[in-house]
Amino acid sequence: MTETTSPEIIYDKEGNAHEIVDFNDDYTGSKLGFWLFLFTELMLFGAMFLVFSFFFYRFSNDFVVASDNLNLVLGGINTIVLLLSTYFMGISLLSIRQNNIEKSKKMIYITIILSIIFLTIKYFEWMAEIHHGIYPDSQALNALSHGEILFFGLYFTMTGFHGIHIIVGIGVMLWAVKLINNKKITAQKYVVLENIALYWDIVHLVWVFLFPLFYMISFGGAS
Amino acid sequence: MDNLTKKSFYDETHTVFGHHESKLLQWIFTIDHKRIALLYLVVMMAFFIIAIFVALSMRMELFAPGQQIMDPNTYNQAFTLHGVIMIFLFVIPGIPAVFGNFLLPLLIGARDVSFPRLNLLSWWLYMFGALLAVMSLFVGQGFADTGWTFYAPYSVQTGTNVIFALTAAYILGLASILTGINFVVTVHRLRAPGMGFFKMPLFVWGLYSTAWIQILATPVVGITLILVILERTLGIGIFDPSKGGDPILYEHLFWIYSHPAVYLMILPAFGVVSEILPTFCRRTIFGYRSIAISSAMIAIIGYLVWGHHLLTSGMSEWAKIIFAFLTFFVAIPTGIKFFDWVATMYKASIIFATPMLWVVGTIITFAIGGLTGLTLVTIGVDVHLHDTYFVVAHFHYTIFGGVVFMLFAAMHYWFPKFTGRMYCERSAKKAFYGIFIGFNTLWFPMFLAGAYGMPRRYFDYLPEFEIYHKIAGVGAVITIASILYMLYILIKAIKNGEPCGNNPWNSTTLEWQISSPPPLENFKNIPYVDFMPYEYEKGQPKRDLTKIIEGGNHD
Repeated sequence: MTETTSPEIIYDKEGNAHEIVDFNDDYTGSKLGFWLFLFTELMLFGAMFLVFSFFFYRFSNDFVVASDNLNLVLGGINTIVLLLSTYFMGISLLSIRQNNIEKSKKMIYITIILSIIFLTIKYFEWMAEIHHGIYPDSQALNALSHGEILFFGLYFTMTGFHGIHIIVGIGVMLWAVKLINNKKITAQKYVVLENIALYWDIVHLVWVFLFPLFYMISFGGAS
Repeated sequence: MDNLTKKSFYDETHTVFGHHESKLLQWIFTIDHKRIALLYLVVMMAFFIIAIFVALSMRMELFAPGQQIMDPNTYNQAFTLHGVIMIFLFVIPGIPAVFGNFLLPLLIGARDVSFPRLNLLSWWLYMFGALLAVMSLFVGQGFADTGWTFYAPYSVQTGTNVIFALTAAYILGLASILTGINFVVTVHRLRAPGMGFFKMPLFVWGLYSTAWIQILATPVVGITLILVILERTLGIGIFDPSKGGDPILYEHLFWIYSHPAVYLMILPAFGVVSEILPTFCRRTIFGYRSIAISSAMIAIIGYLVWGHHLLTSGMSEWAKIIFAFLTFFVAIPTGIKFFDWVATMYKASIIFATPMLWVVGTIITFAIGGLTGLTLVTIGVDVHLHDTYFVVAHFHYTIFGGVVFMLFAAMHYWFPKFTGRMYCERSAKKAFYGIFIGFNTLWFPMFLAGAYGMPRRYFDYLPEFEIYHKIAGVGAVITIASILYMLYILIKAIKNGEPCGNNPWNSTTLEWQISSPPPLENFKNIPYVDFMPYEYEKGQPKRDLTKIIEGGNHD
């Protein structure tokens, strides 16, 4: 019943030792669990990509025309910003494993700043569309062709979902800083930070697919 | 008999925020998997009773043609409420949340699940979703009237509280996902040393396959429900034909989850059968490996058959043929299980205790339910039978006659494990016969009514169908009365049942080798498992593990 620090061992008939996994402190289990969670994220976005591909197949031309309204440069900058942020997130993880606490925290702050830059650019992009009167169920949008309505419906839905994931990401990063300060994340126990880094990678990965599907299908100009 | 004075998980617990004096807080903040299982059980059974009475009111309405006790709109809300409660609050959490939580660590020789706090969070989310669903009954225009499937475009247009119901379903789905993640990691990480995958009890195989469905299918329905919410609030157009959207797309997305979900309901139930059979046949289960693998096969194939819900909704002929073929294919692993079970019983000296009666009853009712499913998926026949009472009867024969029967069986089989006491066998058997007879009286006439063309979800009907509704109405009363009688017997036995020792069934699996009710953290010493789960010799368990687990010296 008492907390033991050394692992519990049992022996089989041949006398070989077997370690019993402590459910309270299981590095592999924590990572496995988080990977499964990431699977559910993939299924969530995957379903939306499925919807996208269905309508893209049905209204290919309309989608290309609508995509021309999006700002390829801003979207491109955002892709690079997010890519850089995953780099800094990774460096933060490496630093904590080398017991470089201060550097690790600094890297998390840089990641947070980059995410805020991403959200700001995203905000201006959305606002530009809304100023043109293009938002779900607006008169200007409903006057367009079916494919364009659906393109923008999906655009706001999918980038909106992605944006929510960024905001949640900022939240868990601040939480990670707090855990580092409280010595809950250390050079020996870093699985929480590792999982956050994995989460951040998937957020970036989703964007890597969103960017070409929404911004680049009209590359070279709509016909 | 001293185990009732021993300290069990009822006396002490771990909580998420340190120690609490209050008994109530000790329960709602507990992170002990056994207590969480009981929390689920209590709430689920409460909702189950509400839902059966909603169903009874529908049966009373249909007892005679014309309007009896409610108007058509209320009737629409009633069948939606019945469906939403039964599916999302009762059957989907069902066996995994209660018996999975309680028994999974015990069966694999672990002290808890991998993430005890996440486990508690799942229950809180479940409660939150349940509260939202209940709240929507009392605000605005009342509960959704769409049916539990929330088909677009009606779910986008109706004035009732669809958003509440959708949000509730989404949150319940989240709870289900977290439980699934917890179980997969627990099975991978916390099996007792020596217990390979093919030494796990078969209930664990059922839970493991179920957990994968929860992880991979639930997010799809989650996002689909959110898309309907966005459709209602913002009008994004995905399911709205006037904007180029497609309501059939909703049906596809919905059933991509909801068809695997019926396997998510039935696989743990099959697992319960495989636990109970060897115990009461006093022998090793026939075809252990084929039962284990067929669980995984059902989970995989079940993922690819959703299209059979849309055979009449407009699909290419090829798609129909492929979906029908794949659906027939699911019958193969299910058939393998059935033949294995029957082979286990063949020439065994069967002890007909109540759990065994339930299992035999299920083998009959589920066989009817399963085979009528194949009738339905025969493409030409489905044009006639689609959306008739035949579907309703088929569905209830599988889910009530399969899943809920096995939930009841599990409630009897593991009752001594939960409480350390035994219920009254004589009364419990009476309750079984009552429910079994009531069940068949209630739903068998619906097969006939459906085959003659009675459509489902109708408030009124032609006089020629009256006889079927009358018989079903009588069956409903018998069923509900017997269910209440069964619950009464079990609840009475919690206080007054005979103390029955640790292993009253003389069973071989690990959960029976520790004291009943189990202590906090289950196993003092975890055994090395180099044997199969169901090993009997001359009708007796082959080995006694209690000494190893209790240990000679303390700590």
